[in-house]
Amino acid sequence: MSILSRLQQATLALTFTSVSFIALAENTLLNVSYDPTREFYREYNQLFSQYWQKQGHEAPTVRQSHGGSGSQARSVIDGLEADVVTLALAYDVDALRQKADLIPENWQSRLPHNSSPYTSTIVLLVRKGNPKNIHDWNDLARKGVEVITPNPKTSGGARWNYLAAWGYALKQYGSEEKALEFVTQIYKNVPVLDSGARGATNTFVQRQIGDVFIAWENEAFLAVEQLGKGEFEIIVPSVSILAEPPVAIVDKNVDRKGTRKLAEAYLAQLYSDEAQHLAVKHFYRPANPTISNQYKDKFPQLTLFTIDDVFGGWNKAQQTHFNDGGYFDAILSKISK
Amino acid sequence: MNTLSPTTDHAITEAPWIKWSLIGLALSFLALFLVLPLAVVLYGAFEAGINVWWQAITDPDALAAIRLTLLVLIIVVPTNAIFGVAIAWAIAKFEFRGKTLLISIIDMPFAISPVVVGLIFVILFGAQGWFGPWLAAHDLKVIFAVPGIIIVIMFGTLPFVARELIPLMQQQGKDEEEASLTLGANGLKTFWYVTLPNIKWGLLYGVILCNARAMGEFGAVAVVSGRIRGETNTMPLHIEVLYNEYMFTAAFAVSSLLTGLALVTIVLKSMVEWKDERKHKTH
Amino acid sequence: MGKAVMKSVLPGFGITLGFSVLYLSLLFLLPVAGLFLFTLQMSWADFWVAISHPQVVASYKLSFAASFIGATINAVFGTLVAWVLVRYQFLGKKVVDALVDLPFALPTAVAGIALVTLYSTTGWVGQYLYLWGIKVAYSEIGVVIALTYIGLPFVVRTVQPVLADFSKELEEASASLGASRFTTIRRVILPAVLPALLTGYALAFAKAVGEYGSVIFISGNLPYRTEITPLLIVSKAEQYDYNGAAAIGVVMLAAAFILLLIINSLQWWASKRG
Repeated sequence: MSILSRLQQATLALTFTSVSFIALAENTLLNVSYDPTREFYREYNQLFSQYWQKQGHEAPTVRQSHGGSGSQARSVIDGLEADVVTLALAYDVDALRQKADLIPENWQSRLPHNSSPYTSTIVLLVRKGNPKNIHDWNDLARKGVEVITPNPKTSGGARWNYLAAWGYALKQYGSEEKALEFVTQIYKNVPVLDSGARGATNTFVQRQIGDVFIAWENEAFLAVEQLGKGEFEIIVPSVSILAEPPVAIVDKNVDRKGTRKLAEAYLAQLYSDEAQHLAVKHFYRPANPTISNQYKDKFPQLTLFTIDDVFGGWNKAQQTHFNDGGYFDAILSKISK
Repeated sequence: MNTLSPTTDHAITEAPWIKWSLIGLALSFLALFLVLPLAVVLYGAFEAGINVWWQAITDPDALAAIRLTLLVLIIVVPTNAIFGVAIAWAIAKFEFRGKTLLISIIDMPFAISPVVVGLIFVILFGAQGWFGPWLAAHDLKVIFAVPGIIIVIMFGTLPFVARELIPLMQQQGKDEEEASLTLGANGLKTFWYVTLPNIKWGLLYGVILCNARAMGEFGAVAVVSGRIRGETNTMPLHIEVLYNEYMFTAAFAVSSLLTGLALVTIVLKSMVEWKDERKHKTH
Repeated sequence: MGKAVMKSVLPGFGITLGFSVLYLSLLFLLPVAGLFLFTLQMSWADFWVAISHPQVVASYKLSFAASFIGATINAVFGTLVAWVLVRYQFLGKKVVDALVDLPFALPTAVAGIALVTLYSTTGWVGQYLYLWGIKVAYSEIGVVIALTYIGLPFVVRTVQPVLADFSKELEEASASLGASRFTTIRRVILPAVLPALLTGYALAFAKAVGEYGSVIFISGNLPYRTEITPLLIVSKAEQYDYNGAAAIGVVMLAAAFILLLIINSLQWWASKRG
C-alpha cells in the first residue's frame, strides 16, 4: 500500500502541473455517438439549436464524438463526460450501468420505442449489376464470394450483422449447430475485419475490396446515393434484424454538470416530426409510425425479427456470442485452422 | 597518391556499371518507399484544386485540431528540451553510481508501443482507474482532455533531445566549463556562454526530432483522446475522423499540411547537420 | 577514481540530476510500474491464459515475423542506400539524403493512409501487383510494407556515419594485398559496419514491433491472420477487458526491454571496436 500511496502522491504532483480547466457551461452538451450517425447529428444539432432558442434559451453548443460503438461506451465508462449517448446497440448503453453505474436500470423505458428514436436494419450491398448473383444470406456462405463486415468484438454494427445472419440461419436450418456452421462459412469469406463500421464501408467502397458488404441500411443508402452513384446496388434479404440504436441521458454526468434539462430536451426532440423527417433524410427508419407510413416506398418491406424474440435480449446475446469464449471466438479459431 | 598503380585505384572503387546499378537500385527503392507515398498525399490533397484544399484546412474543426497540436508542441517540446539538457549535463559532467542504468532507461520510451503508453494512462487516470475517483472528486480531467494528450505525447517524445545531447556533451568533456569557472564566471553564465554555444546544433537537432514526433503521435493519443470534435482531436486524429467521414480530399489536405511540416523538418535537419559539419571542419 | 562520486568544480549536479530523475520517474517509471502493478491484481493463471490464448500468440507471431522481415529488408536496402550516399556522387544526392528521414518525420496515420492508397488493388502500385495475383493491402505483405517503411531511417542513419568514417587506406591495403573488390567488401568493410548495422536493425525491429498507426490502415485486422499485437491490445481495451489488455501490454514491455538490452550491448560492442 505504501508504494501505491507514494505513487498517488507522485501522480498528484504531475497532474497539478497540467490540470485543465473545465468550466463547463450549463449550455453545452457532449453527445457521444457511433460511426454512421455523423451526418445526421450534424444537421440535428442545428435543428435542436433553433428549437431551444425558440423556447427562450440561449443557443446551446453540442459537441460531438464519433467512433466504434463499443469503444465509445468504453470512453464514457473511463470518464469521457458525455451528457447523452446515442450508440449502436442497447448492450453498449447498458454497459454504462453495468461497469460504472452511470445510468439507472430502467434507462431503456424512459423514452418511447425502447429509447430508439430511429431504427434501421441490415441489408446487403453489392457492386453494380450484382456480378456474384447475391440474393439472400445463403449466398454469402458460398465459396468464392468475398464478404466485408467489421469485427463484432469492437463494432456495434457488426454485431447486428452477425445476429441478422444467425437469425436467418436459425429460421432456415432450424438448429444452433447449423447456424454456427452457416455463420462460420460467412466469416470464412471475410478478407478484412475492420474495427468499425466506417472503416468497413471505406474498405468496400473506396478500396473496392469484396463482393458484398453487410451494412446498416442507412450506410448502404449513403453509399448508393452519395459515395458512388450507380456503382452499387442494395440487395434486400428475405429476413433481417430490426436494429434499434438507443439513446440515453448519462445521469451521473448531467447531474454533476447541471445539464439535465438541456439533455432531456435534446433527446426528446429526436422524436419531434422535424427530427423524424431528418432521420429519414439520412436513411434511418423513423420510430413514429405515422411518419414511417409516409415513407413506405422509400424503405423496402421485409420480415424483421428483434433481438428479444430470437436471442432473448442483448445481455444473453452478448454472452453467448461475443464474450470471450463465446460462439464468435469459436468461429475465429475454427477459421484459423 | 598519383603514383599508386591504376589497379589499386580500380580495386577500391566499383566498375561504373556496378556503381550505377547500385545507385539505380537504391534510388528505385527510395522512390517506391519514400517518394510515392509523399506523391499520393500531395496528389490527394490538391486533386480537387487549391480552393477545396484551403476550405478543408480552414474548416473550424481542422483549425481547432491545428491549434491543439500547436498547444501540445509549445508545452511538450520545451519541457523535453529542458529535461534533455539537464540530464545530459548531469551525465556528461559528473561521475555517479547508476549512470549507465540511467542512460539505458532514457531510451526505453522509444521502444514502448504507443498503444501501451495510452493504456497505461487510462489505467491510472481513467474514471475506473486508480486515481480516477480522486480526480473526479476534485473536478480534474486528465484522460479525454488536453492534459492526457500532453502527457502521452511527452512520454513518447521523452528521449529525443537527451539522446542527441548526451554523447555530444560526453565527447566535449568539461575542460572549457572548468576554465570558465576558474576565470570567475558563475555556473549559469558558464552554461550560457560556454556550454550552450557548443551544444546548440545538437540541441536544435534534438528539438527538431522531438517536434516532428510530437506533432505526429497517433496511437497513444487515439487511446486517451475521446475524439471530441473541435476539442480533443489533434491533427493526426482529425485526419482519421475525416477519413471515416468519407471526406478523403479533406483528409489528404490536412495530411498534406503535416507532410509539409515533415518536409520542413527534414530540410531544417539537413541544414543543422550541414552547419554542424562545417563547424567541425573549421575546428 | 575509487569513489563512486567524483568531486567536480562544476555546479548544478544536484539540481540537474534531481530534476532528471524526478521527471523520468513521474512521467515514465511510475506509470510503467503502474502497469506491472495492475497486472499483479490478476492471478498467475489468468495472466497466463490472457497472454497465451491462440489468437494472442498468432498476433505475436505476425508482429515479430513482419518486424523481422521488415528490418531485414531495411538491413539490405538501408545499407545499400547508406553506401550509395557515402561513396558515390550523383545529381540530387543531398535531396535523397534528406528524404531518408521522411518516415521518421511523417505522422504514422498519414503514412498508413498513403500506403493503403498506394497498395490497395486499385492503387497506383497495388493494381499492377494485383495483375500478378499479389495482394498487398489487407494481407501480411501490407503489414511488412508498413513496418519496412517506418524502420528505414534507423538502419541508414546508423550505418551511414560508420561508412563515412571508414578509412579508405584499409581498403587500399586489402586491395594491394591482392584481395578482390568483393573480398575487400566482405572481409574488411562489412565487419567494420556490422555493429552499426545490427544496432540499426535492432532499432528498426523494436520500433516495428510496437507500431500501430501506420499498420492499422493497411492490415486486414483479421484475427489469427493479419491482426498485430498492438491492435489486439486496443481491441481488448475497447471490450472493457483491461486485464487482458494490460497483460499483453506487459509482454510487449518485456519484449521492448529485452530489445533495448540487445541494442545497448550492440552499441557497447561497437564502441569497443571503434
